[in-house]
Amino acid sequence: MARVVVDVMLKPEILDPQGKAVHGALSRLGFDGVVDVRQGKRFELELEGDVTEERLAEVRKAAETLLSNPVIEDYTVRVDQQ
Amino acid sequence: MKVGVVTFPGSLDDVDARRAVTIAGGEAVALWHGDHGLRDVDAVVLPGGFSYGDYLRCGAIARFAPVMTEVVEAAKSGMPVLGICNGFQILCESHLLPGALIRNDHRKFVCRDQPLRIESTSTAWTSRYDEGAVVTLVLKNGEGGYVADDATLDRLEGDGRVVARYLGGNPNGSLRDIAGISNERGNVVGLMPHPEHAAEGLCGPGTDGLPFFTSVLQALTAA
Repeated sequence: MARVVVDVMLKPEILDPQGKAVHGALSRLGFDGVVDVRQGKRFELELEGDVTEERLAEVRKAAETLLSNPVIEDYTVRVDQQ
Repeated sequence: MKVGVVTFPGSLDDVDARRAVTIAGGEAVALWHGDHGLRDVDAVVLPGGFSYGDYLRCGAIARFAPVMTEVVEAAKSGMPVLGICNGFQILCESHLLPGALIRNDHRKFVCRDQPLRIESTSTAWTSRYDEGAVVTLVLKNGEGGYVADDATLDRLEGDGRVVARYLGGNPNGSLRDIAGISNERGNVVGLMPHPEHAAEGLCGPGTDGLPFFTSVLQALTAA
C-alpha cells in the first residue's frame, strides 16, 4: 500500500476567515511573531499497490474534480514515503 | 407547469420551496437526490440547507449526486434552474455559474431580513420584477461570500448578469455586493437570499420573493 497526500489551500488572493480566527486566537494565547495564518485541508489517500505515474495522474484528476475547487483553491500532490 | 425541487440529505428549505411554487400557481414536484431522471418537470429548484453536511465544501458533494447529471444536462439545454443559498453553492460547484461562495468575512452566521435590488429582469426567474425593484428577502448563511476574479466580475456586470445586489451594507463580504447571478442564457440563476421564505404574508418579511416563482411559470407558459 502507498499513501498519497493531497494538500488543498485557498488561493492567496481569497480571503480566509478561518485562518484569521486562528491567527487571532494565537495572538491572544501569547504566540507572538505569527504574521499570518492560512488554513487548508490535507487528504491522505491510501492506494492499492505501487504508485505509478498513471496512478498519480488519477489522483491529480480527483484533486481537481472533487478534493479542490480550482476557482478558489490550489492543490499539491505528493507521495508520502513511509 | 411542473417545477421540481430536489431534496438532498441535509436540505432544509425544500418544503418551503415546493410551497412557494404552489402558491405561485405551479405544480411542485419532489425530486430525490439519489434518483436519475427529472419526472417530466419544466424547471428545477435546488433549495437551501446543508447538503451532505457541507462536508468538503458547501455543495461539493451534492454536485455529484445522481440527479445532478440530469439537472446539469437540462440546464445546459435551457431548462430554468434556480439555486437558492446551498443551491447557489451547488450551481457554482457544478460550474453552471462562475465563481464560488466562501465563508462570511465576519465569520458569523447571518440571519436577517435583507434588502436587495433586483438588477436583471431578463432571466427566467426575475421577469416579473421591475428593473431596479427594491425587495426584502430572508438571508441566512454562513458561507455566502461570493467571490470570482476581477475579469469574471467585470464580465458579469458588463453582460447584465448580476441578478440581485445587497443594499444597506454588505452582509457577508460578497464581492461587489453580489447577492445573485445568472448564466449567459438567463435560465440558470443562483441567489443567496431566500425568495421561498417570502412567498406569503403569514410568515416571513412579506411576499417580495413570490415573483421568482411566478416569473418562471410565466416564462414556461410563454415558451
